[in-house]
Amino acid sequence: MIRQSRFRVFASLLALALVAPACSSDDDSSSSTAPPATNTGESPATSAGEPPATNAGASGGTLVFGASNDPRILDPALASDGESLRVATQIFEGLVTTKAGSTEIEPALATSWSANDEGTEWTFTVRTGVKFHDGTDFDAAAVCFNFDRWYNFTGPLQLNSGAYYWRVIFGGFAQNEPDSDAPETSLYKSCDAPSADTAVISLTAPSAAFLSGLVLPPFAIASPTALQDYEADKASVDGDGNPVPEGTFGTEHPIGTGPFKFEEWVPNDHLTIVRNDDYYGTPAILDSVIFRPITDNAARLQALQTGEIDGYDLVDPQDLETISSDSNLQLVERPSFNVGYVGFNQAIAPLDNLDVRKAIALGLNRQAVIDNVYSDSGQVPLEFMPPAVVGWTDEVTRYDYDLDAAKAALAASGLPLPVKIDFYYPSNVARPYMPDPQRIAEAFASDLDAVGFDVTLISQPWTPDYLDTTLSGNASVYLLGQTGDFGDPETFVGTFFRTNSPQWGFDDPELRQSLEDALRITDLDERAAAYVEINKTIMDILPGVPFAHSTSNLAFKSTVSGYVASPVTTESFATVSMSG
Amino acid sequence: MLRFALKRLLLAVPVLIGVSLLVFAWTRALPGGPAQALLGERATPAAVAAVERNYGLDRPILVQYGKYMSRVATGDLGRSITSRRAITTELKDRFPATVELALSAMFFAVAAGIPLGVVAAKHARKAIDHISLVGSLLGISMPVFFLALILKWAFAVKLGWLPSIGRLDVKLKLDRHTNFLVLDAIIGRNGTALVDALKHLVLPAVALGTIPLAIIARITRTAVLEVMTEDFVRTARAKGMSQRIVNRRHVLPNALLPVTTVIGLQTGLLLSGAILTETVFAWGGMGTWIFDAVAKRDYAVLQGGILFIVIVFVIVNLLVDIGYALIDPRIRLR
Repeated sequence: MIRQSRFRVFASLLALALVAPACSSDDDSSSSTAPPATNTGESPATSAGEPPATNAGASGGTLVFGASNDPRILDPALASDGESLRVATQIFEGLVTTKAGSTEIEPALATSWSANDEGTEWTFTVRTGVKFHDGTDFDAAAVCFNFDRWYNFTGPLQLNSGAYYWRVIFGGFAQNEPDSDAPETSLYKSCDAPSADTAVISLTAPSAAFLSGLVLPPFAIASPTALQDYEADKASVDGDGNPVPEGTFGTEHPIGTGPFKFEEWVPNDHLTIVRNDDYYGTPAILDSVIFRPITDNAARLQALQTGEIDGYDLVDPQDLETISSDSNLQLVERPSFNVGYVGFNQAIAPLDNLDVRKAIALGLNRQAVIDNVYSDSGQVPLEFMPPAVVGWTDEVTRYDYDLDAAKAALAASGLPLPVKIDFYYPSNVARPYMPDPQRIAEAFASDLDAVGFDVTLISQPWTPDYLDTTLSGNASVYLLGQTGDFGDPETFVGTFFRTNSPQWGFDDPELRQSLEDALRITDLDERAAAYVEINKTIMDILPGVPFAHSTSNLAFKSTVSGYVASPVTTESFATVSMSG
Repeated sequence: MLRFALKRLLLAVPVLIGVSLLVFAWTRALPGGPAQALLGERATPAAVAAVERNYGLDRPILVQYGKYMSRVATGDLGRSITSRRAITTELKDRFPATVELALSAMFFAVAAGIPLGVVAAKHARKAIDHISLVGSLLGISMPVFFLALILKWAFAVKLGWLPSIGRLDVKLKLDRHTNFLVLDAIIGRNGTALVDALKHLVLPAVALGTIPLAIIARITRTAVLEVMTEDFVRTARAKGMSQRIVNRRHVLPNALLPVTTVIGLQTGLLLSGAILTETVFAWGGMGTWIFDAVAKRDYAVLQGGILFIVIVFVIVNLLVDIGYALIDPRIRLR
């Protein structure tokens, strides 16, 4: 009897189960979650590179943006990943910023600035009457509070996984922890606020990278009250020595002066910011922006097509066609701020031979790769930095594709043919400057085979294996690249060649010194001239062949307008609006 | 029964210690390390060494293991090296998401699989049986992510009936007490959120449930066919019982035994997270988390996450065994 009744319950559950899905799909068909995305294929897409018309749409509304990941931390001083900085850019502001869509420096919280002749003392006139989101006043003292905070970071906050950008621009800290491995000296000396609207920042040495560095979101000014109340610097160290942020500033109370205020963050689900109605400048148009982490690229595109999100970054080149042929969608192209290169390790034969390097440089059909792999959203570089950066020149030695010249160079090397080389490329990765490493490597390998090389392709997972192999100097010929951090040549040629990195396998003290010197020139013209010479030297040494400056793309619904893409990705949602 | 459960739980302790050792050794054997992954393109050997020092990764592996286990014993699973969030917090967020998806997928698989199996058995070696066989083979062999993409393309992109990503419309407000969103919506008496959460479940559950569905259908068919030839069934028929009553009272309950095992095992599998399905549907569960952790060499997540999954597996298996006893009175648990 008992068995029978148990079976009845089970059977009725089964019956219910069978009916339930049918019901729910009926419900769904009658609902209007999202209109089907029809693809007419007729309407022309917004032309790439042209920002959509500004502020044309209706005001208000909520924009849902598909992020590639969750942010790590909303305290900009401790952030270095793109998604954290994307959100921080909306909530916080620094002393200076870049003009929308370019690398040109513009006032933000500082209205003007000047440097002494030595370039070691910078006087900023800051805005008055500006309030932080918590209602406290912004003034010069708040600026100094922030600079002193960064300079006095202790413990795990000093790590590269903490104040990464401070280390990049300013070097060391007031008191370096023995384990932090931070640079010994610091560019930062002190900050004084003689009056409410004047902040004087003193440096230990002149640095032209200082001002271009200050446009970075990690140097945004946060509310001193909030930093203290929410214990932004409270980080203990757990049993394994891991930094453990204990305050809530970076997770629940990020408070700046920007056009948007933080509202809520449900990790792995969404993060919401809302318009700051008390903003001193032109207020944002949107009521709110919701960032939604979607790691899968195809899933982001589909979510845009279904209308679940209104836009996303890092469009796959293979999806460009789909988006541009859909009248409901549009692309916004971001100017190039990166370089992809074929690196040579001169410590490994035969790359020590300049003729071999020339043969490779001349033998790579880079334009064909740009055409085929980059879907036309890229250009062949002349040197290791994109044209947007000061010091770029077209007077470097050029290595245009020339099969005969490549064969001649290889013959001149005196090595018996075919010359064996190992060509490394990464798997499981797509970078803007390297959207499909395998296809690039295969195309280059067949180019080089035609020159007279015997190429062995070797592939490794991007991180950590591939980076480990290449950066530690164990790969002879390899694909790699760099996206710039801020509008300065230091972020490209300085990063590559100012220190003696094992990936290149050569040491040229003269080149290193000239990069060291150029870093300290404050006169802009003089500085540009120095980098022009450096770029010429580098392309004569030929430590590698830059093969692509790619442009990246964002995709939006066609009802979204006002998003201006920046080469340095300091992109504000304040000018964005939605219609319809 | 209680003694049995306790005994099995105690037996789980050495299993867990063994697994923790294996996972620990395995994560350390992966090439590269978290420092390299964390620093990425910016890694210099000196920076890598500094990070390793800071995370205690430069100490002997046995020392690292000892420290780890002593903290685990106090319920502290450490922090993710990449997201900086506590593993226990992440588990609280993610495990309910995975459970919700797994149970929905299983619900779909059982609800459709058992009737399909029974029908196929009743019509064994006839057209309907062959069709069901081909369907099952397709279900088993089609890659889940491919099916997921097709389902999304058809029902979300083209028809616009169902959402394609996530667990809830981000514009909907819902207090998350349990992080089982369906449950939270019911607790909060939020009808809109409930409907929305259920809609979000449909596509991933169907995609994920297809393989278990096919397996359950085949096992049910075989089991039913086998039981139908047993002596007691013939006896029952000979006693004059109608075929329907024989089926209901004797065939199905006996045939359900192997099916229960399969359901249990499959549930365990689903609970460990469906990597591809979760990624394709941007479902913030265990699968994507652990998958990411492998790529980023996030030791803390791998150790904590896998240990947790093993615990879940042990518990699910225990429940399956108890389930046996409930269905089959011949089984006595000791």
